[in-house]
Amino acid sequence: MTSAATTAEVTSVAPPRERAKVVLPAILFLLLALAPLAVTIGMPAGWLALLTRALIFAIAALSLDLILGVGGLVSFGHAAFLGIGAYVTGIMITEGKSEALVILPVILGVCALFGAITGAVCLRTRGVAFIMITLAFGQMVYFLAQALSTYGGDDGLTLYEKSSILGFNPFANRTSFYYSVLIALAGAYLLVRGLVASRFGRVLRAARENPVRVSVTGFDVTRVRLIAYVISGMLAGLSGFFLANHTEFVSPAFMSWQRSGELIFMAVLGGVGSLHGAIIGAIAYLIAEDALSHLTEHWRVIFGPMIILLSLIHI
Amino acid sequence: MDPGFPLRCGRDDGICCSQAELRKRMTTGLLIVQILNGLQFGILLFLVAAGLTLVFGVMDFINLAHGVQYMLGAYLAVTFVALTGSFVLGLVLALAAALVFGLALEFLVFRHLYERDHLDQVLATFGLILLLNQGVKMVWGAAPLSVPLPAFLTGNVALMDGILYPTYRFALIGSGLAVGALLWFIVEKTRTGMLLRAGASNAPMVSALGVDIRKLFMIVFAFGTMLAGFAGAMAAPILSVEPGMGDTVLILAFVVIVIGGIGSIRGAFVAALIVGLVDTLGRSFMNDLLRLFMSAPSARATGAALSSMLIYLLMAVVLFVRPEGLLPARGRT
Repeated sequence: MTSAATTAEVTSVAPPRERAKVVLPAILFLLLALAPLAVTIGMPAGWLALLTRALIFAIAALSLDLILGVGGLVSFGHAAFLGIGAYVTGIMITEGKSEALVILPVILGVCALFGAITGAVCLRTRGVAFIMITLAFGQMVYFLAQALSTYGGDDGLTLYEKSSILGFNPFANRTSFYYSVLIALAGAYLLVRGLVASRFGRVLRAARENPVRVSVTGFDVTRVRLIAYVISGMLAGLSGFFLANHTEFVSPAFMSWQRSGELIFMAVLGGVGSLHGAIIGAIAYLIAEDALSHLTEHWRVIFGPMIILLSLIHI
Repeated sequence: MDPGFPLRCGRDDGICCSQAELRKRMTTGLLIVQILNGLQFGILLFLVAAGLTLVFGVMDFINLAHGVQYMLGAYLAVTFVALTGSFVLGLVLALAAALVFGLALEFLVFRHLYERDHLDQVLATFGLILLLNQGVKMVWGAAPLSVPLPAFLTGNVALMDGILYPTYRFALIGSGLAVGALLWFIVEKTRTGMLLRAGASNAPMVSALGVDIRKLFMIVFAFGTMLAGFAGAMAAPILSVEPGMGDTVLILAFVVIVIGGIGSIRGAFVAALIVGLVDTLGRSFMNDLLRLFMSAPSARATGAALSSMLIYLLMAVVLFVRPEGLLPARGRT
């Protein structure tokens, strides 16, 4: 009887780290759900657009956190997936197919294919070489977009219409757009969290610590990493879909290598591997970028040293 | 009409050739010029990649800011050539300044990152790129600048009748090859070079044998900075000097290093020439090649896309066949 009581006590008093994993994300999503109220009580309307943009990047940063934080694979080409998602959206809307339920499967398919092919090549290497190759593949897609002269080439492609879902236009209204992105983000968060908690996630995490030991135990490390890489790319493609609808414009700059670097910074800023940290990091990054760029056009001169300092003191 | 009927080909000496032969001569000339362009591009890439591959190989340190050193070399050349009025003097001063700046960066930032994981290195050097690209824009302005060609290297060399190639580009190829030879001598024949090779194979072991690895790191770093600065300064008269010019070169240098094998100077040399040639020839002849089996507009569209992706596809193929690169550093696993 005493042992039963002890067990009950142990389960009710979870360790602080475990509790933080539940409480922090819950508070975060609650605040995000209430954020549009801030506009009704006097925050400028542009603020909601900024927050929507931040949540879009949060999806991308979250997806990166799966391979970078959980899997320990520093991918420097993640913006390519974001760009593919945005370009597929832009091209399909230009061709008159604006139904989201048609566009999204295409995005997920293209991103999965691109992820599977490039991932299979990238994962043959480790460490520094992996960083360089993901960067090079990202750059390859960037140049491909530049060469797409039918769809704007270097100048980019303006969208004259937004996507619709089964006849509804959730992206036409600012608030409903915000909630659409928030729902997608929450879905992505739950999916990634479920993955990390599963056996698959444990193998992925273990492979970050010691790939040799994991493969000796009988798991195919490369296969697990490849699956994570593909899923991560598909989620980033999803954020590209929202980004194209939000800016109503796509250009090669969406997938420049600086964008990949920014995504890494977002994922690291909020605490790498913690998932909700990537969301906080993305929001913090976009708000800081917005504030600094209003301050001076040379905001990168302030931002650069901030990144250097933060990584030197080992955030 | 006889298809082989001789046509006038515009030559004043009255010697005529058939249309087909004329086209062949032009194509040959164009091919030679483009091969030289490819070599010259490859040499530039080698100068940037050589320093970078040593830094990777010996220190296992990923330095994204290496491209910025190339850009700074070019900007410093702009300033010092304008200041001194002499290309050679300006080049020497620019190199010295690039070295001082590189060492300052090593002291302030890089030194604290050697022991860290790659993620910290990527982020810190990424921040450095943001800072320096913007800093250059503030100091020199966003508009592209240029360096006048040195007077003794203006003019052209006639390759064959009617086909000229600028003397300066020959000088660039020559000086790049000379630097390559010097590098080969230092790496293969001197004691420092021996330590470098040993460091690229197994840095902890070199350190355990009593070599001051910090000092070695600093030499490697200074060396790489000089080479990148030299490449930037030499490229300044033929390319436009603008913020962000180092970023493109940096990524191409990554491709070179991955193809050649990390830490391998020989690999970097071979891979740089391959990448330079494939990229240049792909861009100039891909259209014509595709025209053989598709219509002109679709050939143009596909050619543009394919030629800009060509080196990345090449890299993917090389990696798939040989994940450690073409000529990996010896003893590295």
